[in-house]
Amino acid sequence: MAPAMARITLPASARRGEVVEVRVLVRHPMERAVDAAGLTPRPRRIVHTIRARYGGEEVFRMALSAGIAANPYVAFTTVAVETGDLVVEWVEDGGAVHRQAARLTVQ
Amino acid sequence: MTVGGGGAASPRALAVLVAGTRRVAFAAFAAFAAFAAFAAFAALVTPAMCITLAMRSRLAASAALAALAALAMALPTGGAFAASGAVGTPAPVPGPGAVRPSADYLSPELRAQQDDPSRHPGWLWVDAGEAEWTRAPAAGAPSCAQCHGNLDSMRGVVTRLPAVGPEGTLLNLEGRINRCRVARQGQPPLAYESEPLLALSAAIAQRSRGLPMAVPVDGAAAPLLAEGRALYETRQGQLNLACTQCHDEHAGRRLRGDRISGGLGTGYPAYRLEWNGMGSLHRRLRACSLGVRATILEPGAAQYLALELYLAHRARGLPVEAPGLRR
Repeated sequence: MAPAMARITLPASARRGEVVEVRVLVRHPMERAVDAAGLTPRPRRIVHTIRARYGGEEVFRMALSAGIAANPYVAFTTVAVETGDLVVEWVEDGGAVHRQAARLTVQ
Repeated sequence: MTVGGGGAASPRALAVLVAGTRRVAFAAFAAFAAFAAFAAFAALVTPAMCITLAMRSRLAASAALAALAALAMALPTGGAFAASGAVGTPAPVPGPGAVRPSADYLSPELRAQQDDPSRHPGWLWVDAGEAEWTRAPAAGAPSCAQCHGNLDSMRGVVTRLPAVGPEGTLLNLEGRINRCRVARQGQPPLAYESEPLLALSAAIAQRSRGLPMAVPVDGAAAPLLAEGRALYETRQGQLNLACTQCHDEHAGRRLRGDRISGGLGTGYPAYRLEWNGMGSLHRRLRACSLGVRATILEPGAAQYLALELYLAHRARGLPVEAPGLRR
């Protein structure tokens, strides 16, 4: 069982108003459903949503489909407004929500 | 391991066989060249014999080709045959210069991703390994960090592995971790390709990233190196291929949509896109065994360990790339 974890990469610091790139790697098997003769059936278990909150509001949301490879990588940008946590949440089939935060320092 | 019939022949017998084959081939080529030359001559002097102009030029070309081939067969061959015919001193193991780092064979995109921890999924295992390093495996058992301190103390360790252990057998990184786990932590050894072993080996190997390989091959390691080299150079499997035929003679060329690498283990444990995850060098070697339809050995088998030692020696002076990123 892979541990629920992600790598969130942010610039070391940013100026107020600067556009910053956020890179997220999520550890997840992205298990497609198995349902065929001769194989053990397995329910689909993928991360279907990745969302990020920063500065009190949602800045990113993405719906993922079953065709995406394991350990998905996404990159997006946001505007640096204040020093604080950028919280990434990923939701998998079955409803489990995982959360990880990274600090963005704004000068 | 399934070994081809050629493996049993002594170098001297092989040289005689090769020389004999060459003589027969030369005779055949000479006869063919003579016939082709005659045919070309006949074609030139008797245009009335229903031989078209196109056919005439084709015959003339084949005569020239056959003459060239006969000349090539008559010349003494250097390289591989000469080396296998020599008795006594084996040819030196190819090293820096002849062998290029594995990263050279990656596509520019993959190489850039391998160098960028923010986009390299292998770093998920490095992170997990760093957590594993400080975690006590059981109540009362010490964590790795309690004996070794910071993970940075592992810098340079994998440049010297695999090494001969106290029992006289080779220990690679996975073997070293498990030896500690049994002897110091009092735990059962971690299974090959298990999550904690991959994570720990990725984190430890990462600390040597960029350092030149320098595995000791003298003393007790010398016979094991020779064994590894024999495995590398012996044809095996239903396809009857030796490692060297792909990874030396055809390195850099394309095979099944990928580029054939120089056959080094410096990037392992590596994240392979085909696996959707991290895997050890022995998992990769199993894939090669399957590829040539040879017996697929268990991870950690003595033959794979000897081969790993030879690959490490081939890579001497080249940088550690672990955790690598492979197709």
